[in-house]
This record gives sequence, structure tokens and C-alpha cells, in this order.
Amino acid sequence: MEEIKAAIEAAVPGAGVEIVPNPSPSGQHSLRLEPAHAVAVAKFLRDDAELQLDFLSNATGVDYLDKEIAEKVKVTRTVMKTVDDVETPVEETVEEARKRVEPGYLEAVYHLFSVAHKHGPVVLRMRTGNRSDRVELPSLTPIWRSAEFQEREIFDLFGIVFTGHPDLRRLLMWEGFKDHPMRRDYVEPDDFEYEPTAHDEVLARSEAHRARIEAQEGTGL
Amino acid sequence: MIDSSTNIATAPEKVEGWNRPPVIEPESELLEVAMGPHHPSTHGVFRMDVALDGEKVIRLKPVFGYLHRNHEQLAQGMSYLGSMPYTDRLDYICSLTNNWAYALAVEKLVGQQVPERAEYLRVISAELTRVVNHSSAIGFLAQEMGCSGTPLMYAFREREKILDLFEALTGSRMMCNYMRFGGCRVDASPAWLEGARTVVASLPKFAGEFERLLCSNEILMARCQGVGILRPELAVNAGVTGPMLRASGVNYDIRKVDHYGIYDRFKFRVPLGDHWDVYDRFMVRLLEMRESIGILEQALKDIPPGPVMDAKARIRGFRPKPGEAYGRIEGPKGELGFYLISDGTSNPYRYRVRPPSLINLTILEDMCIGQNLADVVLIFGSVDIVLGEVDR
Repeated sequence: MEEIKAAIEAAVPGAGVEIVPNPSPSGQHSLRLEPAHAVAVAKFLRDDAELQLDFLSNATGVDYLDKEIAEKVKVTRTVMKTVDDVETPVEETVEEARKRVEPGYLEAVYHLFSVAHKHGPVVLRMRTGNRSDRVELPSLTPIWRSAEFQEREIFDLFGIVFTGHPDLRRLLMWEGFKDHPMRRDYVEPDDFEYEPTAHDEVLARSEAHRARIEAQEGTGL
Repeated sequence: MIDSSTNIATAPEKVEGWNRPPVIEPESELLEVAMGPHHPSTHGVFRMDVALDGEKVIRLKPVFGYLHRNHEQLAQGMSYLGSMPYTDRLDYICSLTNNWAYALAVEKLVGQQVPERAEYLRVISAELTRVVNHSSAIGFLAQEMGCSGTPLMYAFREREKILDLFEALTGSRMMCNYMRFGGCRVDASPAWLEGARTVVASLPKFAGEFERLLCSNEILMARCQGVGILRPELAVNAGVTGPMLRASGVNYDIRKVDHYGIYDRFKFRVPLGDHWDVYDRFMVRLLEMRESIGILEQALKDIPPGPVMDAKARIRGFRPKPGEAYGRIEGPKGELGFYLISDGTSNPYRYRVRPPSLINLTILEDMCIGQNLADVVLIFGSVDIVLGEVDR
């Protein structure tokens, strides 16, 4: 891993490769690439005589939700206090419970092998800026053709937009479908016709569904 | 944001450096045909949108998703063991190799050992599966050539014997659900092993019969030779694996490369093609069947007594430590891989199947362009896919 990282940094200046350790016994550590340099790095990995990772086996997406982190922060602040009938500023330390939201991101993961040298896997990862409006990543299809359908699948199921992909369309869902079904916060569309049933849970959903449809008709949607 | 309409009348935009399918200028007006989703040759529900100039294919776009059930999201909603039966339904002809690939990936994730006897049982069941898959694939290919039934029934006759073995071992003919993390679910009885030896002993006769029936058949040769050529550089670049890749002359068999399980103990050869056409794919499958029979004979001779589950394997409360693993095996259709990310809970955080059938179809268009429409059926048949795995 260290060697590959050094080789990449020698070949692509400013590539900003970071090793992501994998604590599992599989020991498959990965390299996180800067999206801006990813195509250059990928080209180097494919064409370098020693590595020659000519075979992109697996490309997939991973979704990481926004994380809400509750933490206690020590805050020092100045409070006016009356000491001996005179108001004086006093510093005191208070523990404050704060919540901050760590933004989630989508990740594309690529597993590379070498057919020529029979080694691998080398795992590459790239992160998007967030999960909503900064979801562009460079496509690696121009480097490895096998990414063509797999990146289409990631675009379809996760919603990562691959710039430079020659034919980026939905792969498994139909055209006109709105959501991305592999996201962790995906909710099944509420478009079923519910049969009358003895299951309370389904009945409740059915009533909620009917109420929603009526509300939508009211607003002219 | 992106127009996802399928318009095959216009060529996709040119992206610099892309290993794109060849472009042919049509001589007359184009005819667009939707082959499928219920075309008899598609082995399920699959559509190819074809643009034709007379009989010649100018463009071809595969359309997927008719069988999509979001297998991955389902698996992320249940425990690790819970999705083992669902892996049977991916490539429903080869459920045992699907089980193995998934078990292997989880075993990599937790560092689980597998006892000797279980490794042998895995090899035996996987190689029997390979024989079933390759013989059926050849049968279907002949069927698509218009040879109604006979070769396919020859293949199914043998398949029946092997499925009976699977039923005796696992309780089910096709949905076997046999492997577990750290071994196999049940042990094979001495009577089963004896039965397996009898079946395996009859297989070389079948292979010879099949070869005599098909290899030098005039129609088969005329239809298959020189059709659907796939160059080795493109095959590697497009991630094609399995018999498809080897028929293009690339020596890459994961059983030889990764030595997963106990494959380094068996003597077998890797057949390669040198014309890279449909006939080579057919021939490579026939020869691989022979090699599989060889492995089966060796494995059935050497299988040691012992437990089939590792004593330390956890079934209840199975929670891998956070981390990730990618495990792959040489499935009958190509590299079948499972990619798992654990966050320490009982469900996988990310569960991904690397489907060889889908990725082998990447270059379907490249192989078909310039060929006759009737040959598209053959080229597609020579890829050997199962839609349960393509759409997941």
C-alpha cells in the first residue's frame, strides 16, 4: 500500500492519496483519491509496468448518512458577578451539551486486479461532497470499460453523477423514476393499492396513503 | 438532470479515450427493433434495442431491470446468515457457487477457518455445478441455433442426475442453501459419496457423447466460427471473466490465481481459445467440463473424514468487527464476488454482489455490431447469462 501510494505521488504530483486502513482480518486496505486527480491516477495505475492494474473487477457505491454527534464541550465565558457589592467580570467554565451534524457523503469503491501480473485487489475510493447537490465524481469508464454498466448502476441506485461517462442513464430502474433505491434513507414509494386486510399495520398504511392522495388532489397536484 | 430516454437512433457522444463500440455508417434507412423482453432467446426477461441496416446490426443497447428486486437492499436489512438463501436466487442454475462466494466473503471479513472435509465438499458441489451450468449453456446455445431440444435434453438428462445428488445432500434441487460461514450445513453420507462417484464415473461418457454430437456438426461450425469476435485487450479492459475471457485467449482462472479453498491441491488445466469467437466459447465450456470431471474424481478420491463445521464458528449473535472484505470465486459464469462492509452490527452495512452475467454483457454491443441479426441470438447465447443475477 505504502509503495503504491509513493508510486502514485511520484507520478501524479499533488494527487493527495490517503490510505484508509481496514481493521478486518481480510487486510484489504484502500486508497482514497481526490476526485480532481482520480482519472490521472487511474490511468497511471492501469499503465504502470509494475502495477498494471488492467482489470477493474468491481465498482460500487456506499452511502453514509448525515451523522448527528452529541458531545459535551467545555466553554469558557465571562460572567458579571457581584462580589462584595461590586460587579466584576469572572471567568467560569461551563460544560455545554452540543449537537453538531457531520455531513454524510456517497462513496464510490473500485476493486482493481492485474490480469497480467495476477495480483490484487487494490481498492480505490472516492467521496462526494455531500448527499444532495455535490454528488459529481469523475467517471473511470474511459480508463476501464467494465465501469460502464457498474457506474450506470451506481448512478441509478445511489445517485452519484459520473462526469465524463459516455452514456449515463439509469440501468435497473425505469426512466422517469425519481429516487435512488440503494440509499440508506430510501422509503418505498407509497403507490400501492392496498387490499382490505386483517393486518393492522397494512391498514394503517392504506389509510395514510388514501389521506395523502386526497390531500394531493386538494392541492391540484 | 440527465435525460435517461433510450434513443438508439443517435450514437452516444464521443468521449476522448473511451474504449467505445465500433461505429458503422448505415447504407440505408435504419430499422429499430426491440428484441425482448419476451424473446425466446433471452433466457428470461431482457430486452435488446437493435438498430438494423437491412440484416446488419448498426447499434445495440441492452435494457435491464425487468427482474430487479433490489437484492442488495434486502440483504442489508437482514442478518448475514439471513441472506444466504437469497444468494441461491441470484444465478438460480448455480446456487452452490453463489453460496460459496458469499460464505468466502464473510469468512474473509471475520477471518474464519473452514475444516478440511467442508472444503472438499465445497469443491465437489461447485464442480458439479460447473458441469451442470456448462452443459446447459451449450444445450441452450444449440437450441438457439434452431436445434430444437436434442442437445439440451442430453444436457438435462445429466443435469437431472446431478440435481438428484444435490437434493440428497442439501434437501433441495436448485435452491440449495448449503454453505455456512465456517463450513457446510450438513455432512455427506458414505452412501452419497458412493452415489456421487457413480455419477461422476458416468460423466466422461456423456462428455464424449456431447462432443461427438456437436463439435464437428456442420451447421454449428458454420454458424459459430468467426462470429462474435472479442479481442483479448478489450475483454480484459471490459472486465469480462470466466469462460468468455478464456475463450478470448486470456489465461486468467481465479481458481489458479487466488488458490481459494483447496484448489492448489488438484491437477487441472485451463483451456484457452485462439479464435476468440462463439465456437471457442462453446469449446472452452466443453473442455472445462472435462477438467471439472477430473477435479471431481480427485476430490472424491481424497476426501478425508472429519467435521464439516468449524467448532469456533458463530451462528447465533454473529457480529463481525467493523471492516470490509471483497471475496471472489471462479463461478461457472465468471468472477462472482461479494463485497461486504460491516459496522459491527448483525446486519451488513453494505452488501454488494459483483454479478459476472451483467458485466460480461458490457461488450455485447461490440461483438454484435456488423453481424447479422440472427447471429445476435447466438452471440448473446454464448455469453451465458442468468437474468436473476443480471438484474438482482
